[in-house]
Order: sequence, then C-alpha cells, then structure tokens
Amino acid sequence: MTVATKVRPIIGLEIHVQLRTRTKLFCGCEVQTDAPPNSRVCGICLGHPGTLPVMNRVALESAALAGMALGCEIARFTKWDRKSYYYPDLPKNYQISQYDIPLAAGGTFEFDVDGSPREIRIRRAHLEEDAGKNIHDTPGCTLVDLNRTGTPLLEIVTEPDLASADDTYAFCVELQRLVRHLGVSEADMQKGHMRFEPNVNVAIEHNGREYRTPIAEVKNINSFKFVRQAISYEIERQVAVWEENNDYVIGKASNENRGWDADRGVTEFQRGKEAAHDYRYFPDPDLLPVQLSDETLGSIRAQLVERPVQRRRRFASEYGLSMKDAETIVEHRPTADLFDEVIKLGGPAEIAGKQFVNVWLKHANDRGVAVTELGVEAARIAELAKMTAEGTVNKTAANQLADAMLTRSNCPSALAKELGLVQVQDADATARWVDEAFAANQQAVSDARTNPKKMQAAIGFLRGQVMKLSGGKADPKLVGKLIEERLQQP
Amino acid sequence: MTTPLDIPVAEIAAGVRIGKLSALDIVSLALARVESLQPQLRAFISVDADRAMNLARKIDEQRAAGREIGALAGVPVAVKDNMCTTFGATTCGSKILAPFHAQEAAHVVDQLESAGAIVIGKTNLDEFAMGSSTENSAFFTTANPWDVSRVAGGSSGGSTAAVAARLIPGALGSDTGGSIREPASFCGIVGLKPTYGRVSRYGLVAYGSSLDQIGPIARTARDAALLLSVIAGHDPRDSTSANEPAPDYVAALDRPIRGLRIGVSEEYFGAGLNHEVQATVRAAIAAIESQGATVLPIHLPHMKYGIACYYLIATAEASSNLARFDGVHYGHRTPRPADIIDLYSSTRGEGFGAEVKRRIMLGTFALSSGYYDAYYLKALKVRTLIKSDFESAFRDVDVIASPVAPTIAFPIGEKSDDPLAMYLADIYTVSANLAGIPAISIPCGFDASGLPVGMQLMGNYFAEDRLLNIAHQYQQVTDWHNHMPALG
Ligand SMILES: [Zn+2]
Repeated sequence: MTVATKVRPIIGLEIHVQLRTRTKLFCGCEVQTDAPPNSRVCGICLGHPGTLPVMNRVALESAALAGMALGCEIARFTKWDRKSYYYPDLPKNYQISQYDIPLAAGGTFEFDVDGSPREIRIRRAHLEEDAGKNIHDTPGCTLVDLNRTGTPLLEIVTEPDLASADDTYAFCVELQRLVRHLGVSEADMQKGHMRFEPNVNVAIEHNGREYRTPIAEVKNINSFKFVRQAISYEIERQVAVWEENNDYVIGKASNENRGWDADRGVTEFQRGKEAAHDYRYFPDPDLLPVQLSDETLGSIRAQLVERPVQRRRRFASEYGLSMKDAETIVEHRPTADLFDEVIKLGGPAEIAGKQFVNVWLKHANDRGVAVTELGVEAARIAELAKMTAEGTVNKTAANQLADAMLTRSNCPSALAKELGLVQVQDADATARWVDEAFAANQQAVSDARTNPKKMQAAIGFLRGQVMKLSGGKADPKLVGKLIEERLQQP
Repeated sequence: MTTPLDIPVAEIAAGVRIGKLSALDIVSLALARVESLQPQLRAFISVDADRAMNLARKIDEQRAAGREIGALAGVPVAVKDNMCTTFGATTCGSKILAPFHAQEAAHVVDQLESAGAIVIGKTNLDEFAMGSSTENSAFFTTANPWDVSRVAGGSSGGSTAAVAARLIPGALGSDTGGSIREPASFCGIVGLKPTYGRVSRYGLVAYGSSLDQIGPIARTARDAALLLSVIAGHDPRDSTSANEPAPDYVAALDRPIRGLRIGVSEEYFGAGLNHEVQATVRAAIAAIESQGATVLPIHLPHMKYGIACYYLIATAEASSNLARFDGVHYGHRTPRPADIIDLYSSTRGEGFGAEVKRRIMLGTFALSSGYYDAYYLKALKVRTLIKSDFESAFRDVDVIASPVAPTIAFPIGEKSDDPLAMYLADIYTVSANLAGIPAISIPCGFDASGLPVGMQLMGNYFAEDRLLNIAHQYQQVTDWHNHMPALG
C-alpha cells in the first residue's frame, strides 16, 4: 500500500441541455414532456415507416446562440448524422445527432468560484434529438413514454479543465444561469432539462513520478448536488484504488462508465469502455446539410446578451454591489435588466442595490413572483432610492413607502407627503421630541448616563422613543446626535 | 380485345370528363380484371374494391352535378405497396410490417387522388423493394404477363405486370437501383425514374433514402408524362424534395427531337449483355437517329464500379432505415420473448426474409467502425466520380441511350439462389440513382421468343421533359407499346 501525497483531480463534463422550443427538433409536436404519456407524438417522432424529419430552424438558431455565448466558433456548414443503437425509447433505433462537424466548437467559458475567476475550454456543442423514457415502475413490464422523443438537446462537451468538485459545481450552476439568461432553455433541473456526465480521473504525484488513474464517466446526473457528491466520491475512490494497486493507471486499467447511486452516495460500475458501442454513425440521407450564412449568423449574434458572469462582475465593480447581492440580482435576467434600468434612471447604485435586494426582491419572493411582476416601474424604484439617499425619507419610512407603492401608482415623493413620511430635518422640532422623551423616561436617562452595562440599550430605547414621538419622520442621524449632546448635559 | 382499359390515361380522363365514360364502369372493369387475372399474375397484394367504387361513384356524381373534376378523374391506378395509404395495410411485401396501418397517406397518393385518380389497390414488390424479380416478396411472386413462368422484374414488378396486362392504365413504382425501369423493360411498358428530389418521398417506406425515387409506370410516354405532372413538385415534408416548379410534361412531348445529341457509351454494351437485347437496343437508337437526332460516342469510365458502389450505399442506408422494425412499437412481434434482446432478434429473425437480412448485414458491416472508410466512405467517393462522369457527358450530349437490363425477363427461380447474378440485373440502372439523374425505360422490341426488350434513356438533372419527349416521339414511329400479352 502506497499513500498518495499529492493528488490533482482532472474533471471534464458532457452536459445535455434541453432547448426551449415550442415544437420538437424534427416534427411539429409540441414540447411538453410532462403531458399525459404518449400524448405529444406523431408518425415522425414515433419513427413510423414512410415519415421524414424536417429540421426545426428555431432549435438550430437557439443552439447556435448558446454556442456563441460559450465562446465557440459556429460551423458555417454542418450536417446531421445517425447514431445507431437499439433501445425501446428510441423508436427509429437511431438518434439524429451531429458527429464529426458539430454546430459549435472551440470555446472558452468563464465563471467564478467564491469570487475568484475560472475558465474552462468548451470542446464542442452540438444539437441532437432526445430519446423517450422507459418507465419500469410496473412489475413485469416496461412502459415507454415517447413525449420526450425528438425534443431538441444541446450536448456540450468541455475539456478536462476542472480541478475540483466545487469548481465543477460552480461551473454547472453558471452554465444554468447562462442558458436561462439567453432564454434558450428553462434549465429546470426537476424536469431533467439539464443532465450531467462528469468524467473524472486523478493525477497522483509520488516519488517524483506522476500516475494517472483511468477515467470514469459518471452517467446521467440530474442535480448539481449529486454532481459534486459523485465527483468527490470518485476522487476518493480512485485514490484509494491506486493506493492499493499502483497499476490502476491509464493504459493498464481501462476507463469505465459508472452510475451515481444517490441513496447510497456511491458510484457504481456499469461497463468498461473497451465494450463501447459501435454507433455506426453516417450522414442522415433524409436531411440536407445545414449552411449558415454570414447574415444568419449576424442576426443570431445580435441576440447575444451580456453573459451573467460578466454582468455580475460589472454590478460589483461599477455599482459597488456585494458579490452576493450581484449574484442574487443577476440570477434572473428580467430582474437584472430592471436593475440596470433603475441605475440608468438615476438610482444611486449602492442604496438602490440594497433596497432592490432587501425590499423589492423580498416583496417579490413573499408573493412568489418576479420583481418585474410587482407592477412597480423602474423610474419609481429609482426615485425611492434617490429619496432615501438624499435623506428625504429614512430607511423605516422608505420601507413603508415601498409597501404603499405596491398598491398605489402615485410617485413616491407624492406618496411620502401624503402619508407624512417625509423626514423632518428641523433641529428645533427634533430637540423638543428629545426633551419630551428624556422627561418621560428618567430611568433610561439615568442608565444611559451612569450604568455602563445598560448604557447601549438605554440609548437605543431613547432613540426609539424619539422616533416614535416624531411619527417615524425624524432623521435617525440627527436624533442620535441630539441624544448624545443631551446626555453630556447635566 | 379492346376494353376501356386499353385506352390511355388521358383518354379515360377526357371520356369521364365529358360523360362519355363512367368512372364507375371503368373502375368496376379494372377490379373485375384484377380479380380474374390475380391467380395467374399475382400483381396485387391488396385491393379495396368498395372504396374504389365509392370514389368512382362520387366522381360520376360530381361530373353530373357540373362540378370541377381533376385531371385524372376516374382513372384507376395502383401504387406499389411500399407507399403508405390510409386505407388497407401497407406491407412492403414483408411479414414484419403486418399489420401496419399508416396514419398518413404518401404524398404521391394524395396527389393522385386529389387529381381524381382512384387507387384501387397496392401492388406486389420484393420485400422492402430489395430485389430485381419480385421473388423476394414475402407473399408470392408476380408473374410476367408475357410469359407467366417468368419474372415480371422488380422490385416494382406488381405495378409493371398490372399495367402490361391492362389491369390498369397506370401505376406508381419506386426505383432505388432500377426497380421501376428493369420491370418496365421486362414487361414491355414505360417506366420513369425521376431526378432525385423531383417527387416527394414522404410516405414512401425507405430502402436507400439517398437513392429512392417514386415514378410513373404506363404504356405510353404521354401517360407517364400525365402521371408525373400530377406527382412531381415540392413537398415541404420531404427535406430532399426539390424546390423547383414542375414543368408541363405533356406540353413538352411534341417538341421536335431533330438535332438532339444522343450519347452512347460502349461501357453499356460490354460483356454480359444478351445479344438480342443488344441488337434490339442498337436498332432503337438508330430509329431515334433516323428521326433527326445525332448519335455521339461518350465515355463513362466509372460506370463499372456502379454495382459495388450501389450495394454498399443502398445497404448501409437500409441497415439503418430498417432498424425501426423491432417489434416494440408496431408490426410483427415475436410471441413470448425471453428478454429485450430476444424481442429484437426473434422479431427481426421471423419477420424479415433472406434477402433483406443479407442486405441489412452487408450495410451494417459497411458502416462498422474499422470498415467505414474502406467501404461506405469509399463508395461515397466513387459515387462522386460517377456523378461527375455524367456531368461531363451532359456537356456534350442531351441524353444517354443504353439497354435497361442485360437480359430479357428470366424464368422464375433461375436466380433465386444466386444473389450476385441477381444484383447484376441492375448493372445499367444503378448509376442513374447514384448520380440522381432521371432515366426512363421504353419498350423497343421483342426477342425471338416474344419477350419485351427495353431501352434506357438517361438525362440531365430535371430533364424528365426531354426524356419523355424523346420517348413519345419514338412511340410515334413505333408500335411496340401497342403489343399486348396474350392473357385470358
Ligand atoms: Zn412528433
């Protein structure tokens, strides 16, 4: 037994992303995989004899857009190939895919792990049709649901550039954000819109030599959490196997496919790679090669939006948002768009950011809607932030005002006046409220002056009393200053 | 014996249109003749008499009511049973499909019927159109109307026998490597394989998708032109369908052929060609020359690789196209399979005939990793060379004339045990499929025993009008197409 001292994981991924199109890739059936079984099918996706596929142009353009956002070069000439294998959920017993000329290739993709930037190379991304589902929950028989058959899938293959389970997790999450931001996929994990197949091995340094364990491909994982767990498990497993047997290296032991058992938290051997399928790819004679003109590529490129990672970084650097707040806002593209609009309309970045997250997003969450669906315009949100920054209203009043803005369409300054929420900057009036509070709370005053243990609490109490007397309109800063001064006096 | 079924498609339609003929009479006559000759010919796999008579009645009623009726109104026709119909079953001459009822009709079937033609039934074929004699049908072998001990040719032998025997004036076949032209030649009638993409393949059960084309089968070039005018044209459901308007093929028939350049390639007159066929075809070429055309020698150096190239590409595509017949979703399923692998292998083992299995295995092998480059990829390269042979030939000539098949119709059973000899029946026809060009088979005489011989004319892309034009002009000065087999 050898103990591995230095271990460097090498991780790449294959990801299947279901594209968001109205109809399937090669027929007119509606994409609705959770409809009653076999209710979204036709002769074409059922592979009935005599039927022929016709390419869905929208799916192709969505895939090209995603490819561009992944930094890939888009092929001006590509084609469709048949990948042959027999399975009951694949009615034609071949899948229409792209083999040697992928739609997109040679990209790089940036993401952040705890605020520090990472980069991964994208080897290729191609379009293909999904298979149906075999359902094994009835004893003694397998049921086949073909609603999903023919749904457009983007298969993304990365280079093995990831070095840890956490990095891989962050990459997967970022990829979800990207495809959602582009609007090319709903990327709903629950619905299986994203499926991951990490390939993992480790480079072990030992006595000045490097050993590389065989690559394990973990098939068909449908949650970020499981991706992370499966990779961590694989790293440990491979190191342990190598420690037992130093011949567990590429060339001496074979690569393998493994499956993730979520219940037991382990990966399990499925098959060795030497038993790999011969898919007998060949060009599909039923479909024409696809040519993309400069004009088409240009119009697709025009739909490219700022990638979420860049947007987050910009929100942090330009608007001074915390990385966490930036992340929260950028999670949903219309939300981020709204925030950009608020800043453009003069919302002071820092206060607007805090207010956006703590007030508006909170209201949206409470109602289970997007912030864009609250019915409050960007201009009003910007104005409230401005009023808060300028001290026209204090924080408490701003919250009350926001509540009112949800149901009333008046501009916030008018509302503030109407509701008497405009902050009072008048020092004399504020001093009178302070005097009143001191007179009414002798014990607190004495604690604040003489009892170090209770001093802070007493001051806080007095401040609260003053604010209460002012009806919430006093400027908290001024109140604090006057209380401080008054306590110094005998 | 003259029956309305002896008169051409155009005249039947014209007769029905002016009320001189009744669609119901014509269709009833055709149905009766199909029934009486079925024991001898076995041309049909299925006939839907009630439906045909109902449609005929409707056409007569429409005419009587003064409503517009289509260009082929009242003409009884048949389609090869690899074209989907919403009535009856579609069998492809195979046990594996039975029972399969298509949800949608083939584009060509819709086109025919919306022009008023009445599809009375589905004709016999080699299983999945794989064969040159109709002997590979899972049901029965179609006999040649000129000699019922001989094959009708294939794979569209049911359609050509039916037309040659005057059961119907016109029919459709499909041609992947000669499957319309060779049986047309054996049966002494006209058969046209259009340019790849000229006719939609939607609803044609695929054999070799990059080669398959549907085409008309009739006794005269005029009737073939009329049928082609109805079925040709763009269909958005077939991505390989040409987005080019179809010309008026009938109008083009009467153009003069004086000055046309006819290419003759000696590669088509080499070893293996029956002497009588050779002499008959050369005489036919001379007849066209005497109508004012010029005969020029041309060279098609890669033609000799045609058969090898064809049997790699067609079988490769077939191995994939036929993968869907697995017993899971429709068609035959083996009873009591042990497991999923057994379900697949037993279903396919029981359902497919020997020739289909042979071609699936050939094609699977050609696409297998390690063999792909040596077989499939090389065949694609040869295909490109064959195509460019034709492209350069058509810079010098308008059409190329050749025999259709090296022999006349052979006796049933003669080649059943010799697949290679059978494959050579396609030697002159496969190149047109590989190149995607149109080609026509025209009856041009008989051998000493009275069996028909066909001449092939191959044309440039979308030059069907020219092929039909020459065939028509040839039929103006010959009467081979008027000869009739002696049948009951
Ligand atoms: Zn469908």
